[in-house]
Amino acid sequence: MITMEHVCKSYKIAKRNAGFGEAVKALFHREYETIHALNDVSFTIQDQEMVGYIGPNGAGKSSTIKILSGILTPDRGTVLVDGRIPYKNRTRHVKEIGVVFGQRSQLWWDVPVIDSFELLKDIYSISEPLYRQSLEELTELLDLAELLRSPARQLSLGQRMRCEIAASLLHRPRILFLDEPTIGLDAVSKLAVRDFILKQNKTHGTTVILTTHDMQDIEALASRIILIGKGKILMDGTLDDIRRGGGSIDETVAELYRTYDI
Amino acid sequence: MKKYLSFFRLRFIMGLQYRGAALAGISTQFAWGFMEIMIFRAFYRADPSSFPMSFSATVSYLWLQQAFLALFAVWMMENEIFDSIINGDIAYELCRPADLYSMLFSRSIASRLSRAVLRCFPILIVAVFLPQPYGISAPASPRHFILFLITLILGLLMTVSLCGLVYILAFFTISPAGLRLMFNSAADFFAGALIPLPFFPEKMREIMELLPFASLQNVPLRIYGGSMSSYEMQKAIFLQIFWLVVTTFAGKILCHLAQRRMIVQGG
Repeated sequence: MITMEHVCKSYKIAKRNAGFGEAVKALFHREYETIHALNDVSFTIQDQEMVGYIGPNGAGKSSTIKILSGILTPDRGTVLVDGRIPYKNRTRHVKEIGVVFGQRSQLWWDVPVIDSFELLKDIYSISEPLYRQSLEELTELLDLAELLRSPARQLSLGQRMRCEIAASLLHRPRILFLDEPTIGLDAVSKLAVRDFILKQNKTHGTTVILTTHDMQDIEALASRIILIGKGKILMDGTLDDIRRGGGSIDETVAELYRTYDI
Repeated sequence: MKKYLSFFRLRFIMGLQYRGAALAGISTQFAWGFMEIMIFRAFYRADPSSFPMSFSATVSYLWLQQAFLALFAVWMMENEIFDSIINGDIAYELCRPADLYSMLFSRSIASRLSRAVLRCFPILIVAVFLPQPYGISAPASPRHFILFLITLILGLLMTVSLCGLVYILAFFTISPAGLRLMFNSAADFFAGALIPLPFFPEKMREIMELLPFASLQNVPLRIYGGSMSSYEMQKAIFLQIFWLVVTTFAGKILCHLAQRRMIVQGG
């Protein structure tokens, strides 16, 4: 179970106007603006749930994922994931979770993908039989057989993303955080990824928290939707709750953003 | 521990595949080695007695320096690590059940060793067969050779530990370029990478030998040629161990601080 209560996180950002004069002025005096990325965020997610976490760019989605995965420390509030405080019991915590950042890569660029996997096996201390089993299963479901022996740099984005997802699941995490996992993928890869995530949730009971801008992702995957905007939770419900109008899902969500003025 | 060995292994394997870079490195190091030896020969011709090291000890110093350049050259830091810190890919390393500093450490040792393994043998073999006094001489004694090997390892660890500080400081700056430039020039000068430390004026040398930079290549390369007394060797090895403990400890603390105030940029 995941609980976040009254979580706040703010960043300080240096600001100045355009131009040389302004740049020189900024050498002596910096103006900072505080951005409240998360402003009193609270929610609870049960085991085996699949939650879509949506909101416009800069709403605080990634900050939430980073706090839940133990990378960032919140300024205030309490965070508990299966009884652990992510940023305090970091090492113990990260063994139980898997994270995919759609815009970053965890595979070693110049070596075959399988080498990166073997490294992860040792980092997560996965036993040989369990590793074999996971690898076999992931290879089959994500169709990796042809890819494992190629260096990561020579894979297409879709191929690489399939490998990235496999890499995050080798240690059979109980919770999976997906930060824009389908960004930039073609239709076939998108469907494959969605299909796989659904199966993973069904067969292993993995809790999935997914951020995305692709509303088809949400439609296909999330039974529950949390809407965040300007650092606040604005809505927490099911797909049917937001789809009152009957337009396409993209229009409905855009309408929703407009109503909340985010 | 197995985690870090595994990290070491992967980085080592990866380093071994850059054949082109190794060939380019070997030819550069030959050219550089010959050039330096020629310059020193011109000086020694003027008055051999006014130099603190014999010509053959200096030549051995230079060839060993070129052969093991990858172990000690502070400027050979991994751009990949800096890039991942700046663009935020390091986020993945932070959600691993392993210690970030130890991962950086084992990875850096592997990257240096893999480069050195590919480059040192051709240089050493050629340098052994060059006619004296232009080739590498035998070590001063078997004891000197053993001490050379020990201090070589200590020097490598010390290099990795010092560079580790620079990697971690990159967490605190927007761009690490300035930091690297300053660190590289200072380290090259004070480590004896440009001119061996014995060639500096007495007073200056005494201070330089106490600095952490003197614990890199200076110690093994001078011990090999036998230009240090027993007492000097003891002192140098003690300083190597001392600085290794201090810089590693400082690196660990900085790394801890960096992780606490971390901001992962973009997306």
